[in-house]
Amino acid sequence: MAALLSVSNLSKRFRGLKAVSDVSFEVPAGAIVALIGPNGAGKTTTFNLIAGVFPPDEGAVVLDGRPITGFRPDQACAAGIGRTFQIVKPFGELSVEENVLVGALAREKSLAAARSHARTVLRRLDLDGMAQRPARSLTLPDRKRLEVARALATRPTLLLLDEVLAGLRPTEVDQMVEVLRDLNRREGLTILMIEHVMRAVMALSDHVVVLEHGEKIADGTPAAVVADPRVIHSYLGAEDV
Amino acid sequence: MPLDFILNIIASGLLNGLVYGLAALGLSVIFGVVRVVNFAHGEMMVAGMYGAVLLFGAFHLDPVLSAPIVAVVLFAVGWALQRGLVNRFVGKPEHMQFILLLGVATILVNALLMVFGPDSRGLQVDYVFDTVEIGPLSLDAVRLRAGLGALVVTSVLFAFFRYSRTGKAIRACADNPLGAKVVGLNLDGLYAFTFGIGAAVVGIAGTLMALVVDTRPQLAGEYTLLSFIIVIVGGLGSLPGALLGGVLIGMSEALAGFLLTPSLKSLFSYVVLIVVLLLRPQGLLGKRS
Amino acid sequence: MLTRRAIILAVLLAAALVLLPLVGDRYVVSVVTTVLWFAYLGQAWNVMMGFAGLLSLGHALYVGLGAYVAGALYLYAGVVPWVGMAAAMAAAAAAGGFIGVLGFRFRVKGVHFALLTIAFAEVARIAFDHLTFLGGSGGFFLPAHDPGMADDLLNLRGSPVMFYYVILALTVGALALARGLLHSRLGYQWLAIREEPDAAEASGINLFRLRMLAVLISSALAALGGVFQTFYFSTLFPEQVFSMGRSIEIILPAIVGGTGTLFGPILGAFILTPLGELLTFVVDQAGMDAPGMKQLFYGAALVAIVVFRPDGVWPWLADRLGLVRRRGEDE
Repeated sequence: MAALLSVSNLSKRFRGLKAVSDVSFEVPAGAIVALIGPNGAGKTTTFNLIAGVFPPDEGAVVLDGRPITGFRPDQACAAGIGRTFQIVKPFGELSVEENVLVGALAREKSLAAARSHARTVLRRLDLDGMAQRPARSLTLPDRKRLEVARALATRPTLLLLDEVLAGLRPTEVDQMVEVLRDLNRREGLTILMIEHVMRAVMALSDHVVVLEHGEKIADGTPAAVVADPRVIHSYLGAEDV
Repeated sequence: MPLDFILNIIASGLLNGLVYGLAALGLSVIFGVVRVVNFAHGEMMVAGMYGAVLLFGAFHLDPVLSAPIVAVVLFAVGWALQRGLVNRFVGKPEHMQFILLLGVATILVNALLMVFGPDSRGLQVDYVFDTVEIGPLSLDAVRLRAGLGALVVTSVLFAFFRYSRTGKAIRACADNPLGAKVVGLNLDGLYAFTFGIGAAVVGIAGTLMALVVDTRPQLAGEYTLLSFIIVIVGGLGSLPGALLGGVLIGMSEALAGFLLTPSLKSLFSYVVLIVVLLLRPQGLLGKRS
Repeated sequence: MLTRRAIILAVLLAAALVLLPLVGDRYVVSVVTTVLWFAYLGQAWNVMMGFAGLLSLGHALYVGLGAYVAGALYLYAGVVPWVGMAAAMAAAAAAGGFIGVLGFRFRVKGVHFALLTIAFAEVARIAFDHLTFLGGSGGFFLPAHDPGMADDLLNLRGSPVMFYYVILALTVGALALARGLLHSRLGYQWLAIREEPDAAEASGINLFRLRMLAVLISSALAALGGVFQTFYFSTLFPEQVFSMGRSIEIILPAIVGGTGTLFGPILGAFILTPLGELLTFVVDQAGMDAPGMKQLFYGAALVAIVVFRPDGVWPWLADRLGLVRRRGEDE
């Protein structure tokens, strides 16, 4: 498979502190790739570098053969990157439908077309029942789904999901996993996800990239990665003591 | 132009600036902790000035001595204001806080206007025309007293925040309100206390200012804006920054008033404000967020 | 969505406003003219704050620039106000654009941005105080209209009733424009920026471009209100026109009525101006005509409104009177 996203030698320092250091990996078109690692490993920073929140100090980001390094977030979105935020950021005073509508307006110039696309996405994520409620009134699991819906509405070629399963109950995790799998299989959507819920990582991803202290320490199939001694040490050593 | 003359202008600007700095300190303390911009700050300062005028008129009390009394009264006002009104606006959008405090400012300044009338009130202390010679400098005794008084109060305030238990708690609260709550600090109480301190401080600055400037209600809006400028220039939430900003603005006002025309002196302050906002929005001594 | 009751009420209100000069006396007409002027200016300010989330506390700058530009062009070059207003709007938009470019490029946010707008308004106040060819602090004056002459709409010289209809048209026009903007692609994207800029940007919105658009539209609209001011009042004083107090008067109706709502600025103006008039009347009648008494009550009313109706009076009133369908009921 050809790489849809290719990240090479990405580095970012904050006040001298290396947040991401020489990280390279690829996301093949049509794949689901998980980005895992302990807290502070540089996962969200990597996301922000891809999505254009800040430019990398070094390295390059290429989407579908086109360099997007140093793009602003809105340019990254136009290039085909949709993203969610780890700490959800709904447009609180807008209705659920209007939230998704704003996402849809990224591609659609006409309000009517955008609204109809937004409604499709809402149905897809089972949010249509609460379409007219203000977003601030939603529960956390619903807000997470709204986050995904808004990103999806921008018609991304690559969807970046930042811990959309964290804080969900097991049944809600299963539901979301089902939705994501479906999007991937039926519409060929490529997904790069930061995830802590290992059950979901194992169930969903074709490929796993492991970060620790800003560096990539492993890269492979889920089965191979969880058997990797460095990963076991990083994860179990850090979290199970 | 004689150098002595310029030195004198700078020195008197510096002394005024110390009082400005003290006033701005009050604003900075309130913003740093409560995260509310006190748009009634200049009004509180003018209330302090009238306090000095009143006590001098009734008991011939020197403004330096009326400062503690005014401080206690304004502490109570600030405390009650935070408890009764401002507290429910903590964390609300800025424009709502703005309207609330604008309303408070309007009430305050017009209450003063009704009680004292629109005319200027000077303070005829015994040493009003005295000068103090220090080397080449010849300083107005009233200005010197005001500046030194401000310096003393500022030092006390610094010591309070550095060494006292409450002062430390307030600083902790400014750094990390959530953390402060987690470790069991009573936020509402601290907010009220802080607003009280801020009001008391600007009240003292007002009593000292009454020595130098004739008191009138119209000064209020001007002092509110001036305090903002100083706090932004020095760095929001930075105490030394407020002092530095006050001194800088005081001196630049004095120089601009002398070199250009007096009516242009505040123009200079606004230009300084714009430059600082653009090039160093965290202020000269503020921490980058 | 508005209900049928709201539409009927709006039609009645519009009819009452159109017919007012036929029944009301000079005093009523002049008070409502002021109300509409502030409603119009509040609507202009609302585009920036209520829609795009940019707090401007210096809108007097744009109103004042518009006022002086159109006034000077008329007085010195004989340019009719309907042409001069284009120059006025361009001048104010240029000033707004300048502040916007500086503020957004240097990432000046929140309270700091608000202070930047105050600072520029104050700089303009002091500068116009010293612009002697425009009268300086002594004021700028247009020759008064001869009461015996007929209304001259082209030169905006005429009776109070003519000005009443001009400002009524402007206010209705601004309402229609604001409504159009709010329900457009641009409007939704503005609201997204107001609510959550990071997420808006990730949704493909160019923050700089859209914020600039908000500032340009808002400042140009404000300038038009300034043109009206020049020709209606015929006098301009920098200390008044560019003052912080004027900026506050401009934003109060919108906040009291409901920031970000279409009818908020209008309702707010209809509350505040008559409240001021009522206070003057009551204070006079009660023999309490001390300086400051009226403003004291005004301040207390502000505090009461913001404490009891923090989101503004309009959302509450609309809900109470059944003027809007609640969310979820309209399908």
